Amino acid sequence: MALLEFEDVSVTYRSRGADVPAVRGVSLSVDIGHSLGIAGESGCGKTTLASTVLRLLPKSARVTGRVLLDGEDVLTMSFGRLRAVRWAKAAVVFQGAMHGLNPVQRIGDQLVEPILLHEKVFSRRAATNRVGELLELVGIPARRVNSYPHQLSGGQKQRVMIAMALTCRPRLLLCDEPTTALDVMVQAQVLDLLAGLVRELGIGMVFISHDLSVLSSSCDRVAVMYAGEVVEEGPAAAVFDGPRHPYAAALAGAFPRIGDTRFRYAPAGLPGDPPFPGDLPSGCPFHPRCPIAVEACQTESPPLLQMGDRRTACLVVNSSQGAA
Amino acid sequence: MTLFQEAGVDAAPSALARAGRLAGPSTRYVAKRIFAALGTFAFVVVFNFFLFRLLPGDPIALYTKGRDVDPAQMRALRSTLNQPVLQQFVNYLKNPFSQDASSVKYNLPAWEVIGTRVWPTVLLVGTATLLATIIGVWLGVRSAWARGERFDKVSTNTTLVLYSMPEFWFGMILLIVFSAGVFGLPGLFPSGGLSTPGVDTSSPLGWLNVGWHLFLPVTTLTVIYLSEYSLIMRASLIDEMGQDYLQTARAKGLKEKMVRRHHAVPNAMLPTMTLIFLNLGFVVGGAITIEYVFSINGLGSLTVDALRGPDIPLLQSLFLLFSAAVIAANLFADLLYGRLDPRVRT
Amino acid sequence: MSTEAAPTKKLSPNSIVRARRRAALRRFTSAFGRDRGGMLGLVIIVVFFALALLAPLLFDRSELDVTQATADPYLPPSRTYWLGTDDSGRNVLALVIWGARISLLVGLSATVLSMFIGTSIGIMSGHFRGVTGGAMDRVTEWFLVIPYLPLAIVLATVLGKSIWVIIVVIGVTSWPGTARIIRAQTLSVGSRAYLERARVLGGSNWHQMGRHVLPNVMPLVLANTTLAVSISILSETTLSFLGLGDPTAVSWGSILETAFDNGAISLGAWWYLAAPGLCVVLVVMSFNFMGRAIEGILDPREQGA
Repeated sequence: MALLEFEDVSVTYRSRGADVPAVRGVSLSVDIGHSLGIAGESGCGKTTLASTVLRLLPKSARVTGRVLLDGEDVLTMSFGRLRAVRWAKAAVVFQGAMHGLNPVQRIGDQLVEPILLHEKVFSRRAATNRVGELLELVGIPARRVNSYPHQLSGGQKQRVMIAMALTCRPRLLLCDEPTTALDVMVQAQVLDLLAGLVRELGIGMVFISHDLSVLSSSCDRVAVMYAGEVVEEGPAAAVFDGPRHPYAAALAGAFPRIGDTRFRYAPAGLPGDPPFPGDLPSGCPFHPRCPIAVEACQTESPPLLQMGDRRTACLVVNSSQGAA
Repeated sequence: MTLFQEAGVDAAPSALARAGRLAGPSTRYVAKRIFAALGTFAFVVVFNFFLFRLLPGDPIALYTKGRDVDPAQMRALRSTLNQPVLQQFVNYLKNPFSQDASSVKYNLPAWEVIGTRVWPTVLLVGTATLLATIIGVWLGVRSAWARGERFDKVSTNTTLVLYSMPEFWFGMILLIVFSAGVFGLPGLFPSGGLSTPGVDTSSPLGWLNVGWHLFLPVTTLTVIYLSEYSLIMRASLIDEMGQDYLQTARAKGLKEKMVRRHHAVPNAMLPTMTLIFLNLGFVVGGAITIEYVFSINGLGSLTVDALRGPDIPLLQSLFLLFSAAVIAANLFADLLYGRLDPRVRT
Repeated sequence: MSTEAAPTKKLSPNSIVRARRRAALRRFTSAFGRDRGGMLGLVIIVVFFALALLAPLLFDRSELDVTQATADPYLPPSRTYWLGTDDSGRNVLALVIWGARISLLVGLSATVLSMFIGTSIGIMSGHFRGVTGGAMDRVTEWFLVIPYLPLAIVLATVLGKSIWVIIVVIGVTSWPGTARIIRAQTLSVGSRAYLERARVLGGSNWHQMGRHVLPNVMPLVLANTTLAVSISILSETTLSFLGLGDPTAVSWGSILETAFDNGAISLGAWWYLAAPGLCVVLVVMSFNFMGRAIEGILDPREQGA
């Protein structure tokens, strides 16, 4: 049984008058001990999708489908059960650690808070010990536990967020652009840390980023999203080296690897912008920007079809490959 | 600082931290604030002096407008006012708190007159401010959290209307309804004063009497003040509610009420407290008019008396006192903020 | 847009700017129209202004003259006297409508004065770095801290009793609040790129402030103005009530002063007190609602609960 399973999940935001579909019919799964990367530009729905796992979406969002965490459907859980599941079963490492921490509380207090909340048998002293261990695990000296967030650097704050996510020993870690705001050197450290944690602690991880190259090296599988849908999904390295969907190809080409001569010939980027979710084009949402679009793409919405261990949603690619 | 700690150079961190706290950012902040407050007070003192001396017209007339002053006093006044302005200023500085001419109306040094009238004002304003803070903050928090819902709409609109009222008018309406009685309803409250003459105000029964007299004025001020405080608190909390760290708290499994109580509200209280103190000038204005309307013997009604005269020396002293009080309150607010917000402290 | 009809005509920078500003104005007015509170406020203000302007047509000035009052004093509202009569037998409705003229006039004039001083000092103190700007900021802070009513009382007492004194007093005591806000906005605008460019291109300080800072600060100034008017009207009412206003002028505050001094409360003459006060409340409330509507439009965070 998969640790996390999205079954035909759709999320629609209700705003004044119009309904905005942020996520449309996504099905993905993550096994324990494995990591799944979700790639895409801003607005493609990846953060919204991840937010469904712990039901962190605003009241104006309507979610359909099923989100199974260890077999339990999160969307139909009672609120009490949900609060117990939050952090204890699955935890989030938020993007922009700049503001993810309460600026007027010591980080030790913030780290201890979920432990005391979820594990009633813990005394404050025992909780503080565990916090100290976690800080050391992420590479921060334990005595910094009494610091305030503004006394830490960006990289340290991000590592505190990671430590905080691990406080209740979750089975699943959701990382939403955890390295986007960091310097390259620190980025590498944090990625190594995360990969190491997945291996050693045997947890599952969902890693969201717009940087496909980062995902290709840190994750087992990767899914590329565009306009609320999954357009390509498969083993991470394979998707990055040999993308099939034209959008995935463009995304991969946007993050060239230094020294790799192939990238000198990659297209320099796509014209236009990603569509506004409330105003999607007909048929395949990518067709206005697609270099290989045909007439059918304007009217037919391409299904996500399986071929080997890859799934692609493109009429042109699938028909040429003779997908089932 | 981070570089050192990152590299593990932390020879004696506690000692360093302790020393740092003596002359660190916190001390500098306190020193800067006190210095600024003193500067403002100095400005007020200078302003107070020169305003009356440099305006057109005969200063003697200003000091003795519309009253009979005995010739000896006039001569003394004239001689002091005939000194060069700078000489007068130096004399003034030597003791800005006692005028070269005493309060004209009472024939006593201004400060003696003021001294007898402080307590009623403190009682009135203190009670009202305390109540208004408690109720206003609660109302603001509740409105902000229920933003857009009926409670919020009703309370926000009501407070906006209350905020638009002249406080003395509201007081008069309360007086006419609850003291004089209208449309056949009897008046239940006294029409003014701090206590019924003859009642011993130091006895418990006397306190009740004072309470009965103060009920309407305190209600008036409380309602007016709380409308402002609740609007401030609401705005602060709405600002705070957009912050990311609240989402972190929710994801950790905290109940919405806990998120509010332990994270959002404490953080929103900081700017609110500061703003409440900064608006103390507003409180002073209310005190003056309400004491006048309800005939309460405090500094406010003394001010109105003084301006009727006009009793310039008294007015000057009152102005100095009010300004000093507000400056002190601002300083206190700044220092309190520095103490409570760790981003300033460390 | 009209310029599109002749594509060969070269668009001048000024016409582009004008067109952009017109479009922005249209967006603003339509957004304002959707705010119920703001619209209600606007309607009430217009009604009061109309009444104030039409006062001489509605009631002859002689109705304000105490010596010409014919009715009994302290008559409650009736069909002949909609708002009853005052302590001298004058028609309260006439007093209130004529009073609107002074109250509104003083309120607006004082606001113009305080906005002018406040905006100028705010922009200058935000723009000029170093000693000048710092000094201006220091002075603003001083005046901000001094409690408003004692200062106003002191100034009014010394300067005498006339409408102009009241206007000056209110203007001179209310500018710091505006100056502070404008200064903050100027500082944030000042760090923007186009101002850097103007500086580098050699624009003088006046040019920078007038052509670049001011237009960007104007929306904030506008929102602040409506709120400043409500403060000015409340201030005038308070000062007149305390007896510092022009004794010959009838304003809502002076009506309340006369009422209070002549014991309207103990006589139960509620109409005499309620009428002028309600006018003040309605007008101030309307300006407040309008101000909030404008703030709501300008501040994107406020939009959408």
